[in-house]
Amino acid sequence: MSILVNAQTTFIVQGITGREAVNLTRECLDYGAGAKIVGGVTPGRLGREVHGVPVFDTVAQAVAHHGGPIDGSVVTVPPAFTKDAVFEAIVNGIKLIVIVTERIPRRDVAQMVELANMHDARIIGPNCLGIIVPDVIKMGGIGGPAKDAAKAYSPGSIGVISRSGGMTTEMSSTLTAAGMGQSTAVSIGGDAIIGSSYAELMPLFEADQQTEGIVIYTEPGGRMEAQLAEWVAENNSRLPIVAFMAGRFMDEMPGMSFGHAGTIVEGKEDTAAEKIVRLAEAGITVAEEISEIPALIQAKIDERIA
Amino acid sequence: MRFYEYEAREIVRRAGIPVTEFGFATTPDEARAAAERIDGPTVIKSQVLSGGRMKAGGVQFADTPQEAADHTVDVLKIEIGGQMPRGVLVDTKADVEQEYYAGVVWDGTAKQPVIIFSPIGGIDIEQVAEDQPDKVGRRHISNLLPLTGFEAKEVIASTGVSGSELNKLTPIVTRLAQLFIDNDMTLAEINPIGRLRDGSFVALDAHMEMENEARGRHKKLLADLGVGDEETREAREPTPFELAGEAVDAEDHRGVAGNVTEFDGNLGLVIGAGGGSLTLFDAVRAHGGKPANYCEIGGNPSVSKTCGLAKLVLQKPGVDKIAVMMSIVSNTRVDIVARGVIKACLELDMDPAEKIAIFRIPGAWEEQGFKILDAYGVEYADRSVSMHEAARRAVEKIGTSG
Repeated sequence: MSILVNAQTTFIVQGITGREAVNLTRECLDYGAGAKIVGGVTPGRLGREVHGVPVFDTVAQAVAHHGGPIDGSVVTVPPAFTKDAVFEAIVNGIKLIVIVTERIPRRDVAQMVELANMHDARIIGPNCLGIIVPDVIKMGGIGGPAKDAAKAYSPGSIGVISRSGGMTTEMSSTLTAAGMGQSTAVSIGGDAIIGSSYAELMPLFEADQQTEGIVIYTEPGGRMEAQLAEWVAENNSRLPIVAFMAGRFMDEMPGMSFGHAGTIVEGKEDTAAEKIVRLAEAGITVAEEISEIPALIQAKIDERIA
Repeated sequence: MRFYEYEAREIVRRAGIPVTEFGFATTPDEARAAAERIDGPTVIKSQVLSGGRMKAGGVQFADTPQEAADHTVDVLKIEIGGQMPRGVLVDTKADVEQEYYAGVVWDGTAKQPVIIFSPIGGIDIEQVAEDQPDKVGRRHISNLLPLTGFEAKEVIASTGVSGSELNKLTPIVTRLAQLFIDNDMTLAEINPIGRLRDGSFVALDAHMEMENEARGRHKKLLADLGVGDEETREAREPTPFELAGEAVDAEDHRGVAGNVTEFDGNLGLVIGAGGGSLTLFDAVRAHGGKPANYCEIGGNPSVSKTCGLAKLVLQKPGVDKIAVMMSIVSNTRVDIVARGVIKACLELDMDPAEKIAIFRIPGAWEEQGFKILDAYGVEYADRSVSMHEAARRAVEKIGTSG
C-alpha cells in the first residue's frame, strides 16, 4: 500500500511542453510500472505529443479524451499562471495537484488551497518535487531519471515527508542503504504556505498498514513542526517519528531567509532550537545527522512492537 | 521586503485610512518646510528599518519649525541597529485620547490571513496578548470571498469595543485588511490608531512588509514610493562579496549558482541545493569548521556559472580550501559541477587536488564527474559517505583553527 498515489493513478502534466516538464514526463513514464500520464495541457498546443502523451489546450479536453475523471495533475507552469492552472484543474474534478513551480506569492497559494478544500481536492507543494511510491509510481521530478530514482528509493515501511526535495532523496537513499525501504515519500515544498503540511499527511500514513514509521526533514520558519507536535499529542499515533532539523545556524540570523522561501525566522516559535524542543516534547526523536536516522527509527519501531 | 515608516504611511493614506499630516525630509531645510506646512508641534522620527528608535534618541519633539530643523540635524547623525537613517518623518504631534492596535498577518497553519485588533495600542501586541488575552481579538478572513466589513466588526466587537468607537474603527480595520490583500503584504500593522480629542481616528504609525515574490505585480506602487529594484531590504545590506555572487548567478538563466552569504571563516563552501546547503553548513560548524560563506547550487547551472561561483569563493581573503558538497542530485549534473570547480582552480593557477578539500556530490552523471576528479587527483566521495562525514573530512583537512 501507499498514500496519495498507486499503480492505478492517472494524471496530467500542466505546462507539459516546457523543458523541465518534458524531462519530468519521461522520468515518470519510465519509473516503476510506468505512470499513467493521460494527457498534457499547454494552451495553444492542442494536437502535439510529448513522449507519446497527447497535448490539449484545456484540462476539460484532457478529461473528455480520457473519458472519465482524472486523478491528478502535476503543475509546472510559470508563477504568474499557476493559480489559473490550479483553479482549472480543481474545477475540472482533479483531486490531487502537485505544484512544482517556485516563487508563487503566498496569497495565490492560499487561494488555491481554499478552493481545493471546497472541492475536496488536495494540493502538494508548491516548490516541491512531488510523490514517489518506490518501484511503483512517481508523480513529479522526485528522485530524477528513473535509473537514479531506483538507486535511492526502495519499497518498504517508512513514510518520508520533507520540506526539501533533494533531502527527500538523500534521506531515502540513506534508509535504502540500511535496508529500510519507503512506503511513500512526499516532498511537501519549501514555501511559507503549502498545500499539505506534516500534520495534514499524518492521517493518511496512519491509515496505511504498510507504514510503520515516519522520517521527516524540517527547517526553521513557520509553525508546521509545532502543528505536527500538537497532532501527535492529540491523536495517540501508532507511528514513531524521527526528525532531522537543518539550518540550525539560522537562529543567529533572524529576518534572513536561506535555502527556501519559508525558512525566515520571524518569531521565537520559528527557530530551530524552539522546534527541536517542541518535537522532543511530543516524543519525536531529533537526529543530529542523517546517517543516524535508520538506527533511530528502527529502534523506535522495535520499541513499539515489544 | 520591509517598508520605511514614511512609505508605510503613504500606503495607508492611499488605502483611504485617515493619517495625520506628515512629510519626509532628508535635510534640515526640508524638515523645516514640512513643519511649517503642519503648522503646529511636530515629532521628528528617524527613518530606519529596525525598531528601538525611541531608546536610541531617534524620536524628538519640536514646538517650532526651527526646532524641527535642529532635531533633524541630530537625528540624522544617529546610527540605529547598524543602519544610518534614510531621512526623518516630520509628523503632526497629535492630541491623542486613546490608542488602539490593528494588524493583519498570514497564518501559515490555517493558510488564511488573520486580522488582529486590540483596544490597547502603542505597545508591543505580543505583550498585550500575554498580559490581557481577552483584549486581543483575532479572526481569519477568506482568501476567496470579498471583504465586506463584518469581519473587522466582529474582531473589534470581540474585544468589548462598542458604540461609535466600533462604527468608526470598522472601516479603518477593513481598509487595512483590504490593503494587505491588494498589495501582497506579509504584515500590515497600524500601531497605534489614535482617537484624537476631537473624536476622529487616525493612523499614527504603520509597519508594512510586502512579499518579495510579489514585487513584480506592484511595480507602480514601488515606483511611486521610489523603491528601487536593487533594494533588497533584508535584515542587513548585502556585502560586495554577496553582490558579486548575485552577478555570477545572473550571468545566465540556467539553474542557480548563487544565494551567497558572507561569513568570516577559512573554509570556502560550494554547496547545494536548498535543504542540502542548510544541512551542510550546519555539518561543517558541528565539526568545528569555520565557513567562509553560504551558497546554493541547484537546477543544473552551466559550467561557467559554477566556475564563477567557485572562483569567487576561492579568491575570498582568508579562504584556504573549498569543500564542494551537495545532497544527492537528480537534476543538477555531477560532471558539470566537477568541471566548473576544476576550471576555477586552473584559471586561478591553483592545484585542484590541494584546494578542493573534498568533493561530495552523488547522483546524476556521477561516473563522468568522478572520472574528471580522478584525473586531477581531487578527493571525492559518493553516497556511501554521509553529508556530515564529508563535512568532517573537509574540516579535518583545513584544521579547526583560523
